[in-house]
Parts: sequence; structure tokens; C-alpha cells
Amino acid sequence: MIKANNVTKIFTGRGEVIRAVDGVSLDVEKGEVVVVIGPSGSGKSTFIRCLNMLESYDEGTVLIDGVDLKGFKTNLNKMRAEVGMVFQHFNLFPHKTVLENLTLAQQRVRKRNASESIEKGRQLLKKVGIPEKADEYPSRLSGGQQQRVAIARALAMDPKIMLFDEPTSALDPEMVGEVLDVMKQLAKEGMTMIVVTHEMGFAREVADRVIFMDEGKVVEVGTPEHFFTNPQEERAQLFLKQVL
Amino acid sequence: MKISEDSIFWKLLLAAILIGVAAGTYGSVMKIDYVWRWNRIPQYFIYQAEEPQKIEFDGTVTGLSQSGDMTIVQLLSESNEASSIEVATVDLKVSKGDELFEGDTIGYLYTINLGPLMHGLWTTIWISAVASAFALFIGLFTGLARVSNNYTINGLASVYIECIRGTPLLVQIFIAYFFLGTVFDLSRNVCGIGALALFAGAYTAEIVRSGIQAIHKGQMEAARSLGLSLPQAMIDIILPQALKRILPPLSGQYISLVKDSSLVSVIAITDLTKSGREIITSTFATFEVWLVVAAMYLIITSVLSQLVYYMERRLSISD
Ligand SMILES: Nc1ncnc2c1ncn2[C@@H]1O[C@H](COP(=O)(O)OP(=O)(O)O)[C@@H](O)[C@H]1O
Ligand SMILES: [Mg+2]
Repeated sequence: MIKANNVTKIFTGRGEVIRAVDGVSLDVEKGEVVVVIGPSGSGKSTFIRCLNMLESYDEGTVLIDGVDLKGFKTNLNKMRAEVGMVFQHFNLFPHKTVLENLTLAQQRVRKRNASESIEKGRQLLKKVGIPEKADEYPSRLSGGQQQRVAIARALAMDPKIMLFDEPTSALDPEMVGEVLDVMKQLAKEGMTMIVVTHEMGFAREVADRVIFMDEGKVVEVGTPEHFFTNPQEERAQLFLKQVL
Repeated sequence: MKISEDSIFWKLLLAAILIGVAAGTYGSVMKIDYVWRWNRIPQYFIYQAEEPQKIEFDGTVTGLSQSGDMTIVQLLSESNEASSIEVATVDLKVSKGDELFEGDTIGYLYTINLGPLMHGLWTTIWISAVASAFALFIGLFTGLARVSNNYTINGLASVYIECIRGTPLLVQIFIAYFFLGTVFDLSRNVCGIGALALFAGAYTAEIVRSGIQAIHKGQMEAARSLGLSLPQAMIDIILPQALKRILPPLSGQYISLVKDSSLVSVIAITDLTKSGREIITSTFATFEVWLVVAAMYLIITSVLSQLVYYMERRLSISD
């Protein structure tokens, strides 16, 4: 489904060269849920942003369903529509209503007509549990509701994969659960997901595989049981001690 | 600051200061014994023109038929050709049976005409409007060029903006007219409007650029992550948010443009300012004319400010 091979991203600025992502390889099967954890600044965001080329990587390849993102004939906009992304700060479009947030890209990118896209939008709002907010502006919603709208917006494109970059980190604690529930539901339905999160409970419950990153590199990979009970690497052990 | 009940004091103080300034000015003017001739001004807004109606042949008046303020005079020439002329009743010069010679005045037609101040006002308005339309267009695209990652496009936009912002508008108008106008054989209106549009366009571009850059970059990322192309993301997501934000500085810029347009009078475009100058040469009512001209600019700019105020209120719904 998604095949990242030796992906490297280098930032240069103010005289320093940062290898934010340093030769990361990852194969994700259809329906698999991969959770990425690691300390702040370890390159988790940068890595998953490479998977839809929001960040253009300097080395390596990323194949989505066999199509090279940097391929000569690849239509990047088409590929991005196949890869849904949910951001830490929601990034809803504040000048559009909730429903318009869900329909815009369907119409522009998927070329669906108004009624099709509205129907799809309403169906997804029902799925994430806030059908009554369709005509509100995002600023009127709570953080948890906004993030659920953001998930619905990504799902409206019928993506093959969903990427989540710390989707609950900007939320008040009492709203974390409602967002995680939506994500668990998605996982249960067989969505392929890569999730950067500090929610260890979610990782334990939902992840098929946990990846631990530090300083741009994948330090340890394993099943949740293996990872949480018996981590091999010292850095992973230290990190777990801090977060658990 | 909160305006409370006791603000009546501050209102009175404001009024007192304004009256004081007006009185002081009035006193100073009295000292230099300037003769005010306000009565000469209205005719430059609107005036009545009288046009003498003359008979074009020798003949007789065969009849008069009055309808309201006008009278139709029936005439018969010596070669028995009938015709008629309509004139105002008040100062009709002929009566039935009169014998007239070619060129005799039968009466007058009065018409209401707009004076030079109104023509000047109109010129100022349309020149500003056309220049604004072009400036918006130029400013939008230059602003987009300034946020482009393409070095050449970005560089071209920067050079244009720097050149315009680093030189006086008056000099730009001279260059547009005496240099570009001569080389490319352009009319003074084209030069004047072009100079104003390029001037306001450069400032608009900076406003547009800052507006776009003020939008959180997560907006562009979210749009692109959904598969929208760069132009689609700009048009649907970034620009609508940016434009709402930049409406206040943008409208300030275009209100300024109306005032700046007075500089085109130096290349002999008869706008409001030039009309004022021309009237002064025939009336010597210098003080009155400039005060009136200033008031007319003030009226245009206040109307525009009000308009912007209502637009801002209507745009603020999604906040
Ligand atoms: N746009 C950027 N420019 C320069 N450095 C960046 C940029 N984005 C991230 N970095 C650097 O790359 C490293 C990894 O960042 P990030 O991927 O955000 O880490 P994480 O998501 O794991 O906290 C950090 O050292 C960060 O400072
Ligand atoms: Mg991050």
C-alpha cells in the first residue's frame, strides 16, 4: 500500500544542516495501523509529511500503491487526494462552513457534483457524530468537534491511507477521547493508517506495529506488546519511562 | 476607550476647540482684508446658458402659441415657406404680425449646464475608478508574484515595487507623460491613468503579499493535502481569507488614490484640481475655490469610507 524506502529530508538554515529524517524505510500493508512515537524533534512530522510530499524529500523513494510520488508522470495532486492527512491544529477552512469544508475538495479534485458531495459530506458528519453542525462555521465548534470535522474532510476524498500528525495534542484532555474513538472506528473498518501520537493507550489498543523514531532515524520497530513490555533499545526504554 | 455619560464634557471641548480654530482663522483672514466672493462660486457648479434664437430669413410672425414657459413662434418667409421656432415666454421679443429681417432675435432658449467644477469632479471620479480597477488587477498579480517560489517572477515583482515605492508619484507622472507618452505616442489620459494604476498597484501588491503571508501556512497545507492545485488553493482558500483581512488597508490605499489623482492636473488633465486652478484665473476667488475643491474631495472620500465600513460589517459573519 505504502512503501517508503530510505527517505531522507535535510533542512538547511542558519548555517546548520539538520537531517530531520535520516534514511527511514517503512512498508505498510493494506488495513494496517502503524503508530509512530518518539521524542519531540525526532522527525515524526517531517517523515509523515514526506509521505504526501507536503515536504519534498531529498533522498529515497515513496511509493503509494506502486506509484512513485516523484515519478516523472505522477500527478501529485491526484496522489495527495489518495492520502488523507489530519493535522495537529485541524487547519479547517475558517471562511467555509463545516459542510463546505467537506465538499470543496470533492468538487474541485474528485469532480463530484454539488448534491453528491453534499450527501457524502452529511454522511461523514454523521459518522463522526456531529451531523447537526453542518452549517456552522468552524470557529463555533469545540476543538474535538473541529478535529472530527477535519477527519471527515480527509475521508471525503475516499483516501487509501490516512496520516495523522498528533491529532489529539492540541485538544483539551476531555476531548481527546471523542477523537480517538473516531480513529479506532476507522481502524476497525480496515482503513490503512499511520498515526503519530503520544497516546500510548491508543497505540496499545489499535496499532499493528509501533515505530520508535529518534534523531531522524527509526530506532525500534515492533508489535505493541513487544514494544511496551520489552523494548530493546535504551532510547526507547528512556522514552517510555517518561511517557508512561 | 469607553465612551461614557460624562463624555458630554469632551464633546463640548471638541466643539469649543473646533470653533476656536475656525474663529482664529476667520480673524486672521479679516486682518489681511481679503474680499470674499462666495457668490461667484455656484455658477461653476451649475449655470443657466442663454442661447439667442434668430430668424434665418426675412419674414413675418404669423402666430404665437404658448405652452407653459415656452412659446412656439410661427413664421412665414417672403417666399411663403412656413416654419416655427420655440423660445422662452418670459423675454419673447416679437408679437403677431411683426415683420422681421434675417438675423433678428425672436427670443431665447435657456439651458441648465454643469459648470467646470462638476466636469472636473466627474473627471476625477472616472480617472480614479479606471486607475483603481487596473491597480487592483496589477496589485493582485504582483502580490501573488511576490509570494511565488520562482526567482525570476519574484524578482521582477520586487524590482517593480521598489522602483514605484522609491520615487515620487509626481515624477512618475512626468515620466509617464513626457517620456513614455512621447515614445509610445500615448494620450495624456492613458499616461495619467497608467501612472496612477502602476503607483497604487505597487502598494496594493505589498498589501496583498502581507495578507497572503498572514494566513497560517496550515491552510495551504490542508488545501494541498486534499489534492487541490496551487491555483485552486489560492483562489478558494487563501485569497478569500487574505482579502477579508486586507480590506481596511486596501480601501485606505484606494481612498488615497482619489486624492493622489489630483497630481494628474500637472499634465493638463482637467480634473477637479485643474478645474479649480482654471476658475481662479478668471475669478481670483482663490480662497473660496480651494476650500470648495477640498470639500468636494472630502465628500468623495467620506462616501467611500462609509461604503467600506458597510462592506467590512457584511464580511465579518464567519468570525
Ligand atoms: N521547516 C523546517 N525548517 C527547518 N527545520 C525544520 C523544519 N521543520 C522541522 N525542522 C526540524 O526538523 C527536526 C524534526 O522536526 P519534526 O519533524 O517536526 O519533529 P517531531 O514531529 O518529531 O517533533 C527538528 O529538529 C526541527 O527543528
Ligand atoms: Mg511533530
